[in-house]
Amino acid sequence: MYPENFRYTKEHEWVLVEGDTGTIGITDHAQEELGDIVYVDLPKVGAHLEQGKSLGSVESVKAVSDVYCPVSGEVTEINASLAQAPESLNTDPHGAAWLIKVRLSKPDEVAGLMTAADYQTYIGAEK
Amino acid sequence: MVDFGGWDMPVQYSGIIEEHNTVRKAVGLFDVSHMGEIEIRGPQAAQLTDFVTTNHAAKLKIGQIHYSGLLYSHGGFVDDILVHKIADDHFFLCVNASNQDKDFAHICSQNRLDAEVTLVSDQHAQLAIQGPQARATLQKMTPVDLAGIKYYWFTDGAVSGVPARIAHTGYTGEDGFEIYVPPAEAHRLWNELMAAGAEFGIKPCGLGARNTLRLEAKMALYGHEIDASISPLEADLGWIVKLEKGDFVGRDALRKQKEAGLQRTLIGFEMVGRGIGRDGYEVHIDGSPAGWVTSGSPSPTLGKNIGLCYLPVGQAQIGKTIQIMIRNQPVDAITVETPFYKRAK
Repeated sequence: MYPENFRYTKEHEWVLVEGDTGTIGITDHAQEELGDIVYVDLPKVGAHLEQGKSLGSVESVKAVSDVYCPVSGEVTEINASLAQAPESLNTDPHGAAWLIKVRLSKPDEVAGLMTAADYQTYIGAEK
Repeated sequence: MVDFGGWDMPVQYSGIIEEHNTVRKAVGLFDVSHMGEIEIRGPQAAQLTDFVTTNHAAKLKIGQIHYSGLLYSHGGFVDDILVHKIADDHFFLCVNASNQDKDFAHICSQNRLDAEVTLVSDQHAQLAIQGPQARATLQKMTPVDLAGIKYYWFTDGAVSGVPARIAHTGYTGEDGFEIYVPPAEAHRLWNELMAAGAEFGIKPCGLGARNTLRLEAKMALYGHEIDASISPLEADLGWIVKLEKGDFVGRDALRKQKEAGLQRTLIGFEMVGRGIGRDGYEVHIDGSPAGWVTSGSPSPTLGKNIGLCYLPVGQAQIGKTIQIMIRNQPVDAITVETPFYKRAK
């Protein structure tokens, strides 16, 4: 369920680091808690994001939630398909429904994030 | 699961939109056992019920139900309730879970008559069967002829051999029934209702769908459209206020409000710009704060983002462009007629 090569935050985001690029999304647990997702607000390409700050928001039928940046960096790409098909976040949050890609400015931050095993323990305890 | 007035309540089972559409098109089952119940009995029961509520309880026939308000003397809501007339000397009130203790204390404090007021919430579980196939589903489990129960009437009968109060009411804008049953039997009845509705595609429904359904039907939710600071006249609920029926708690305040003219009123809107105007968001007109959103959500039936808001009476015309402040950005919306959804009869 939770890919081993991702790293996770307590706010239920994930990041996949490949070279100096981080692909960022929300976790399956997050989409399940939110329910039917109807809007996704993402930053612009070129924006500088800081770890722990809001990168945008995800809105479901019942609520709007901030998405926090798991790592600092510059936005290099956004997943434009989410504007037309926000509901794909409910079906493929770890795959096709990634949110943004960033060029990492502080690669050391990654070491402080949770592993898949840690994250599963964390959400197990939260329930 | 969320904590709701001390109850663990599911917001959703299979998903709000799917549950919502199932109620509109087929049938959904809600566990609403959290709702409170209060009984008023004795020779003066009708008099007390009429003194503490806004609608005209003495006009109810035995077996009939109406929607009503419990008000403070200043005219704001203690709660909104359903009043069932069981007998000339016996009324049964269905009240909001989180308000029940306050309601009970309020009614007792006004009981200068000698009626017997009892909080009986723990004697009743409540299941709501809602949707066009609700009657067909429930009919399989009761000898009571459900087609013979008119809208906003009830019958005391049996459901699957268990004594039940079967009320033709609901909080979804769809046809359906709400049944009051002994708590010890509720779990079994839930399972049997799910089995009875299987052929129609019944689904269990949570608080999330209950909210989107009632919003489309423009039914008020305490803490949103109404509360202690809002009167029924402001909430567009003048139809439950019977000023001529005789004295009742809040009547003088409502009279004065009517004479002086209302300052604000509840009105529906649809989003024009991208976004959802949610509960508590400010409403601006021509760049100035004018009111606030009481409820807002995507409407699964209409495929639009809808909501209700309070606006100054002078600015509450249908078709007016307003701005909802969504995360500090003004987003256009337009005021519209309500209810947003009305079922075909």
